[in-house]
Amino acid sequence: MADRKPGFSTLSIHAGAQPDPTTGARATPIYQTTSFVFDDVEHAASLFGLQTFGNIYTRIGNPTCNVLEERVAALEGGTAALAVASGHAAQAVVFQALLRPGDEFVAATKLYGGSINQFNHAFKSFGWNVVWADPDDLASFEKAVSPKTKAIFIESIANPGGILTDIAAVAKIASKANVPLIVDNTLATPYLCRPFEFGADIIVHSATKFLGGHGNSIGGVIVDGGKFNWAGDERYPMISAPRPEYNGIVMAETFGNFGFAIACRVLGLRDLGPALSPFNAFLIITGIETLPLRMQKHCDNALAVAKYLSTHKNVAWVSYAGLPANRYYKLAQKYCPKGAGAVLTFGLKGGFDAGVNLVSNVKLFSHLANIGDTRSLIIHPASTTHRQLSDAQKKIAGASPDVVRLSVGIEDIEDIIADLEQGLAA
Amino acid sequence: MGRPLNHDRYDESYIRGILNSVKNIAVVGASPSDNRPSHFVVKYLAEHGYNVFPINPGQGGKHIGGIPAYARLADVPEPLDMVDVFRSSAHVPAVLDEVLALPHRPKVFWMQLGVRDDAAAARAEAADMNVVMNRCPKIEYGRLSGEINWAGVNTRTLSSRRAKRLPGGVQRLSLGDDK
Repeated sequence: MADRKPGFSTLSIHAGAQPDPTTGARATPIYQTTSFVFDDVEHAASLFGLQTFGNIYTRIGNPTCNVLEERVAALEGGTAALAVASGHAAQAVVFQALLRPGDEFVAATKLYGGSINQFNHAFKSFGWNVVWADPDDLASFEKAVSPKTKAIFIESIANPGGILTDIAAVAKIASKANVPLIVDNTLATPYLCRPFEFGADIIVHSATKFLGGHGNSIGGVIVDGGKFNWAGDERYPMISAPRPEYNGIVMAETFGNFGFAIACRVLGLRDLGPALSPFNAFLIITGIETLPLRMQKHCDNALAVAKYLSTHKNVAWVSYAGLPANRYYKLAQKYCPKGAGAVLTFGLKGGFDAGVNLVSNVKLFSHLANIGDTRSLIIHPASTTHRQLSDAQKKIAGASPDVVRLSVGIEDIEDIIADLEQGLAA
Repeated sequence: MGRPLNHDRYDESYIRGILNSVKNIAVVGASPSDNRPSHFVVKYLAEHGYNVFPINPGQGGKHIGGIPAYARLADVPEPLDMVDVFRSSAHVPAVLDEVLALPHRPKVFWMQLGVRDDAAAARAEAADMNVVMNRCPKIEYGRLSGEINWAGVNTRTLSSRRAKRLPGGVQRLSLGDDK
């Protein structure tokens, strides 16, 4: 009989997590240990030489983190994954594997403000040069590609503000340039959107958000799509050239379609050090078990809030791709038909002061700089997450002074709307 | 362990059945260099309880990964259960000729990841051998035992049963039964 392909909810609960071989523990144990004993000297040598699979030291890998890795790889349809300390760490490790000083990458202008800062400042100090392109103008991606380009980076659903990127169209541009397409799938999660099915090569996540989903743990994940042909490509020596760190092993040759993920682990994570705590991994995998239930409720609530706000007298506009009048509605129907996510922005007719007033008046919504919590969250990006950007950058990123961002939680929708109602009236 | 209908994909039970039923494995094209994938496979299979016979024309009488190597398949002093071909696809027919000429016919003719020859596969099956193409026995063992999860790799398997350890070590898992 042919093997059954498990569904998304089944994978959310089971992928990567067999009962513990030693104790039979059914929930994934928190392997809160720095190190693992070797069976013998020969075994230790094989592990350090990457000749066998196993555990050495939690900075390189940990069995609790491994469950998170396989779980996210399975949900995204990737070959392998690597868990790291944060979404930002995931991006740093990915780009360190792909770029050398003087190289370029093309990134969408509509990104999480923290990513814009990371690319504009920290990455430039390493000589990794970002070239910006506008996801609403696909020709700008083609124009931004140069012989120095090593990758293209977009968000599936961009943060803030309900903006969708045409993943398949950008994937075509990446493919023509023969560079990997990296998609940050944090806001969509694989429940709503599976970028590998539209041509992405690498997916990154801030697992801090909807994957973990409870606002209790920072974490990041890198997923290898397994399709990009690194072998023999001199532009990517971390993956395609003999590595002096490992006695001349070529990652793409030895590990085939999961060579990129292994390069990120044994060269990036090992040497840069942003390891995920096993305790955080445990909380995130526990969160993922209910991802399909939570994401659907998040999306249903967000759509109801978007509809409510779009008829409110104090609201100038609402940006949520789940609304049929939204310019990204068609893209949302294609890339995330189950829902357009739970993060939306809206503009207050009263501008900056009205935004400050609203975040000061709400009682159920929490005023803080995060998204993807069970709790409903509110922030005024111009005075917080996007504060460090210039006014022009703020506008481009969708964070003008009148903008308020919501991450709609999974409380009762009547209570969520009642809180906004009283907050806007006050 | 029924024959696969085609060689584009294999059921887990087919691969697990093969890896659970073989003991003596020849690796044709095993490299003495300890940074080569074929060298890794020899060592990994040996560490997981298989009797491995590295085959390399220039290495007869020497050792590969501490294991006695042989120049030709015909030099191996024991009956073989499986031959793993770590040569490019173009060399497969000649290796199969050597396999078919052995006094004891192996049960399994396995071609490595990236190696495929459908005509040779048909010949091997006609000679009553089970065939696997374009797969790595190390990766398949790692996947089906769950060990490869320790590298963050998607095993594409689910199980609510406890993984079983191999005797003689902590960080080595068995393949489990064929069910």
